[in-house]
Amino acid sequence: MKGNMSIEIVDVIDTSRVFAELSDPRSGGICVFVGAVREFTENEEVLSLEFETYKVMALKEMKKIALEAIEKWKLNKVVIRHAVGVKNVEEPVVIVGASSAHRDACFNACRYLIDTLKERVPIWKKEMFTNKSVWVSAHP
Amino acid sequence: MEVLLFGIAKDIVGKGSFRFSADEQAPASVSELKDRLKGSFPEFGKLTSLAVAVNSAYAEDGDRLNESDEIAIIPPVSGG
Repeated sequence: MKGNMSIEIVDVIDTSRVFAELSDPRSGGICVFVGAVREFTENEEVLSLEFETYKVMALKEMKKIALEAIEKWKLNKVVIRHAVGVKNVEEPVVIVGASSAHRDACFNACRYLIDTLKERVPIWKKEMFTNKSVWVSAHP
Repeated sequence: MEVLLFGIAKDIVGKGSFRFSADEQAPASVSELKDRLKGSFPEFGKLTSLAVAVNSAYAEDGDRLNESDEIAIIPPVSGG
């Protein structure tokens, strides 16, 4: 962790690191969200997800989101980490977390981190089905 | 002027980037670039949204484009 935040795009997410990264003597609450590959989407079996990114911009946007959350909720530490490449069912694809003096701040911040990441960060997800592949959210 | 393509934009154009050659007029603004894309590839008009990044930050329709800018087409994002 560099300073009070860890912002990364990686090939594989190691979920066991995050507690140590967010632990802080000033923090009484640590909240973490992990997004994983779900087997079914609208009753169709998903074989895998494939993620790609515009990395230089994605890291900049993730850093902006972390700074916004730190400012708004007075967080002590923030982690935002997203995976790229092919991910299979149950594999983690994104992890966000926040630590703060009390739990309300880190719960609210954690929700903001993942919701805003999904809105703004240039990462794209393709769902691979048995007979087709679909870029998620591309079409109305 | 080179334009980077990601996600479905890469599939629509069939490659990861393209270049406006020196002898064709490069688009002067973000909105002109979007119009040119939709003209050449009508599939872009069917997307949920279409954004452009200039030097790795979201740009507004009225923003000007320069030859030295890093320009990227940002189709609807779907991380997480």
